[in-house]
Amino acid sequence: MNTSVIIFYAIASLILGAALLAVTTLKIFRSAIWLLFSLVGIAALYFWMQVEFIAAIQIVVYVGGIVVLIIFSIFLTQQSGKEMAKPATSKIIFSALAALLGTAFTFNLINHYGFNTISAQPFNTNVSEIGTQMLSTTSHGFILPFEVVSILLLAAMVGCIVIAMKPTAANIVHLNNKED
Amino acid sequence: MNEIPLTHILFVSTALFFIGMYGLFTRRNIITMLMSIELMLNSVNINFVAFNKYLFPDKLDGLFFSLFIITIAAAEAAVAIAIIINLYRSHQSIDVDDATEMKF
Repeated sequence: MNTSVIIFYAIASLILGAALLAVTTLKIFRSAIWLLFSLVGIAALYFWMQVEFIAAIQIVVYVGGIVVLIIFSIFLTQQSGKEMAKPATSKIIFSALAALLGTAFTFNLINHYGFNTISAQPFNTNVSEIGTQMLSTTSHGFILPFEVVSILLLAAMVGCIVIAMKPTAANIVHLNNKED
Repeated sequence: MNEIPLTHILFVSTALFFIGMYGLFTRRNIITMLMSIELMLNSVNINFVAFNKYLFPDKLDGLFFSLFIITIAAAEAAVAIAIIINLYRSHQSIDVDDATEMKF
């Protein structure tokens, strides 16, 4: 048992423990912080697998973007110190049963499928390699999904602004009439 | 590095996926349900990167898949939070049990 193995199991237990706490704690702000720890653990797993670029993206987008967004929306919509209602016991039991059965089934499948791993070849994940393939127009390039995803981001941005915009005066009168 | 077989990384991502599924089933608050979905998306990303690294080290397709999944997850979270803020404005609550107007 060498250092790399120990580090892998430490990272794995960090990810799973933080994720388990994130879905079970009753205070919503703590849940967001545990999610943060779990995402940092996943970034550490990417570093351990030596795909530094994906790890950096994971930290920038998830930890720096999505978790901050979630915490903002918690502050906008909730009293963060208040405890949430506990889910019904029967729901907890059946959800846990479904999750455990699914886990056992998938573990069994993975265990019995023989993956023939190729470890002789080095895994080249230079940023220049990734960038060249991302923007190349040959048969293995990813220029089309790259452009499509940029349009998706633009559409999401415009959609967010439109959805979260404060209603205008005419809309407010309309809503009030509907409520009466 | 090579002492850890691929299956152990897959075990971690499977457990993470089902933890996210458990959260999605038990939570009634939209923000926490969104967090569970993020956990599930992350477990899929781990799978893509691990398969790419262990089974096809001469290609980079798995990395691109996880890059695009991360991008789409960011867009999805942004839109979801806009919807949550709008829902809070009209219902004063973000529990899914309180928003049942369109339920059949």
